[in-house]
Amino acid sequence: MSRLDTFINQWLPIIGKSVIETFQMVGISLFFSVLIGIPLGILIVLTRPGQALANKFLYQTSNLLINILRSIPFIILLFFILPFTKIIVGTTIGVKGVIVPLVIYTAPYIARLMESALLEVENGVIEAYTAMGIKTRSIIWHVLLREARPSIILGLTISTVSLIGATAMAGMVGAGGLGDLAYRFGHLRYEVDVMYATVFILIILVQSIQSIGNRLAAKLKKD
Amino acid sequence: MIVLENISKEFNSKNGKVKAVNNVNIHVKKGEIHGVIGYSGAGKSTLIRCVNLLERPTEGKVYINGVETTSLPLPKLREARNKIGMIFQGFNLLKTATVYDNIAIPLKLLGYNKAEVQNRAEKYLEIVGLSDKQKSYPNQLSGGQKQRVAIARALAQEPEILLSDEATSALDPETTDSILDLLLKINKDLGITILLITHEMNVIQKICDHVYVMENGHVVEQNNAIQLFTKPTHPTTKKFLSTISQRNLSPTLISQLHVTGAVTRLTFVGESTGQPLLAEVSQRFNVKPNILTANIIELKNGIVGNIVIHLIGEKDQVNAALQFLEESGVGVENLEGQS
Repeated sequence: MSRLDTFINQWLPIIGKSVIETFQMVGISLFFSVLIGIPLGILIVLTRPGQALANKFLYQTSNLLINILRSIPFIILLFFILPFTKIIVGTTIGVKGVIVPLVIYTAPYIARLMESALLEVENGVIEAYTAMGIKTRSIIWHVLLREARPSIILGLTISTVSLIGATAMAGMVGAGGLGDLAYRFGHLRYEVDVMYATVFILIILVQSIQSIGNRLAAKLKKD
Repeated sequence: MIVLENISKEFNSKNGKVKAVNNVNIHVKKGEIHGVIGYSGAGKSTLIRCVNLLERPTEGKVYINGVETTSLPLPKLREARNKIGMIFQGFNLLKTATVYDNIAIPLKLLGYNKAEVQNRAEKYLEIVGLSDKQKSYPNQLSGGQKQRVAIARALAQEPEILLSDEATSALDPETTDSILDLLLKINKDLGITILLITHEMNVIQKICDHVYVMENGHVVEQNNAIQLFTKPTHPTTKKFLSTISQRNLSPTLISQLHVTGAVTRLTFVGESTGQPLLAEVSQRFNVKPNILTANIIELKNGIVGNIVIHLIGEKDQVNAALQFLEESGVGVENLEGQS
């Protein structure tokens, strides 16, 4: 009992701080990634040949861009775009410095997941609404996005989980977080308890996010 | 109401250009039900999609209510489309919306106010008989019920025209009948003009005033339903007719029967029935009619009877009897055996 007490006394503030840092990184970068990823996903669906706004150039360019960004592992991306990060947020370290690479890493991923979610929507429904004389803009909102909602939620759940994974590497630029804690204390200083605690918290975190996502998607699906 | 003038539609495929629809003319008058029948790949689906320009014809013009829609700019075309409802084989409902919302959402998007949306949604759900399913989701409904929701959705726009793209093809025979009854009802009560495409002859039989038979992008035969059922000329039409009545005896059997007399199909339209006439024939002439097959087809606008008889007797007596039958207003078609 006393061992647990000492552990809590010694580590709770540090672990607590790391959890908050992880939440900050995930929250902020998810927000911006969604802001970029969802429109990008809609764009590559709508500009694809045969679709409402078919545009070969836009489609191929955005497709290529997404592929290039998705090819780079996060740990490399983190350093590769340092100059760019500096221009955007004025610093390359701390939570602020890691948001830019996290967004650039996650947004194309979300775009791809959005693409597959939107492509699942039956073309027939869109056609039925076109036949009624409804505007393309309304169809995107009220048919395409509405019908894809369950898959979009699942996609966002997957991206959030992978975003948590990516934040573990953020320690490299001094942004802290749970991954950094496990690496610095658990690995380098061989504090096994800290390693276990971190892993345990991460498992709980990912589990809860996935469960919430699944439940929300099922609720919207109406099957 | 609907006029398609010299409509052609070409698609680019791997093997060069394919003409899915080739110089087709269709004219549907207000309040009528016209049907296009053909096998899959005949081009009928492309044709019906040319009516509301979901598919742009490569050649030809489309007139709706006298207005040429093929040259309208998009906003005007959208207005024109408001007057044309469409139902599909796959129903095409929103899976994530209730039955009520499936009807209400398009109305809201078309700019109707809340009271009007509710008013119409309730009214048309009542007409299709689904008032008690307002809060259900499409996945909780049967195929027939889903099609009723789709019909209510189309009707809620209060269109003048309804296009039906194989609307009953995914349904079982009983449900098909109930949907066809519903289409007849909305045609009669709401005066909506209907153009439908199908590969099922019973759909044509039950509700169509006028029929077009399509093959390889061409309309190979067209006529009003009664004429088409009594005097089909094109082989494809005959093939379709044989799907609802056993019109075909084997050539071997016919050849055997020809030895002792003529094998003839008699077609009766309307009230005239076969039996008394055949009795009269056997009294007047020295022939014995033997009924091989017989059936009655109920069309929307009348009844057509078909009797295949074996007329046994001497050749001159048989010919005289056939001439008498023809003069009495009966369709007479000699069936050939093996040559």
